[in-house]
Amino acid sequence: MSEAITTDVVIIGAGPVGLFAVFELGLLDLKCHVVDILDRPGGQCTELYPEKPIYDIPGHPVVGAQELIDKLMEQIRPFGPTFHFAQQVEQLERLAEGGFRLVTDAGTEFFAKVVVIAAGGGSFQPKRPPVPGIEAFEATSVFYSVRKMESFAGHDVVIVGGGDSALDWTLNLQPVARRLTLVHRRDDFRGAPHSVEQMRRLVGEGAIDLVIGQVTELAGTDGTLASLTVKKSDGSTVAVAATRMLPFFGLTMKLGPIAGWGLHLHENLIPVDTEKFETSEPGIFAIGDINTYPGKLKLILSGFHEGALMAQAAKRLVDPGKRIVFQYTTSSTALQKKLGVH
Amino acid sequence: MPKITFVPYRQEEIVVEAEIGATVMETAVRNGVPGIEAECGGACACATCHVWVDPAWYEKVGAPQPMEEDMLDFAWDVRATSRLSCQMKVTEALDGLVVEIPERQA
Repeated sequence: MSEAITTDVVIIGAGPVGLFAVFELGLLDLKCHVVDILDRPGGQCTELYPEKPIYDIPGHPVVGAQELIDKLMEQIRPFGPTFHFAQQVEQLERLAEGGFRLVTDAGTEFFAKVVVIAAGGGSFQPKRPPVPGIEAFEATSVFYSVRKMESFAGHDVVIVGGGDSALDWTLNLQPVARRLTLVHRRDDFRGAPHSVEQMRRLVGEGAIDLVIGQVTELAGTDGTLASLTVKKSDGSTVAVAATRMLPFFGLTMKLGPIAGWGLHLHENLIPVDTEKFETSEPGIFAIGDINTYPGKLKLILSGFHEGALMAQAAKRLVDPGKRIVFQYTTSSTALQKKLGVH
Repeated sequence: MPKITFVPYRQEEIVVEAEIGATVMETAVRNGVPGIEAECGGACACATCHVWVDPAWYEKVGAPQPMEEDMLDFAWDVRATSRLSCQMKVTEALDGLVVEIPERQA
């Protein structure tokens, strides 16, 4: 484990609301570290609908989702936030001396005075294909990512999906697998044309098998997969030998470890007050889609407002007793200095 | 207003009046039809508003666009008349439409 990071604030989630919180906290001189399970900023905006136009951001009659994220990144640059991507905060504990200790699944450790949960719909996790009993084979025979290629060597590998992940791993694992079968619902792939071409060539050479259909059943004992059943579009079924299965069904959002941090939850959302947007645990705030309160609207714009009010409360916790002078960015030379424009 | 019949899994069918121009997904959510999750809010980005269009209606509804077809890869038990309800807009011509909701949304 590398050396622990001490900071004012840890923000969980680098979506639009988490990013703008860096700005509001930065104006109040609070330093932020931002953690996100994805490998880049933007959250749902980037992962789900980067090309989609958004029409309800004040001052922008229309803005693309990715464009909004790019602009937010530019807007918060003066405050120098540190990002920790591709990791998830797993542990959060309150320290007797005040503040919190957080640890991510990558082993990054933080000591923070304030925690801001801006996790949106939760963390993005690989989608589990709805095949009955698949849970029993997870982590032994069914994997959602490839950490070590060797662990697939000599196995009957079945890859399910039609996107880039499915195709890339088909091409990469073919040489090490005993036999590799690619299963996809239709004979049309959305991955890069070049990968599709290479895959088709391997099928043509007989180096891999391609089965068009949907996996409906898994067979095996004690978590060890032996074969699976694929239902074809004409209703017939075919059995495929499988000791390793790699389903690539995209990502879904799950609340994840947040559920275990002792916060009050209501239908997988975190209730907060509307003065500070603080959770049931003092010093832990929740803003954006992840929170709930009477009248809550899941709008990016609401999350921005919540971040501004949260920042005031966070400042009081980090610097107790210090008077907060309310200032405007239009006129305050102090704020303009922080923004690097004065 | 056109009427749409939703047939949730192992539950009684629900007939609702649909606003022209709204999506079938929005119509379902507004009327509290169970089984339509619509996690992404209608961005064609999640495949959790999957329905099976009644075969008698499929031709009128039409086949999915390529982007929707891609997203259907992530749905469960995709059939010949599968559609994502967020990508189907209500028109007069769809008065009487019947859609079945799968047991689960992936």
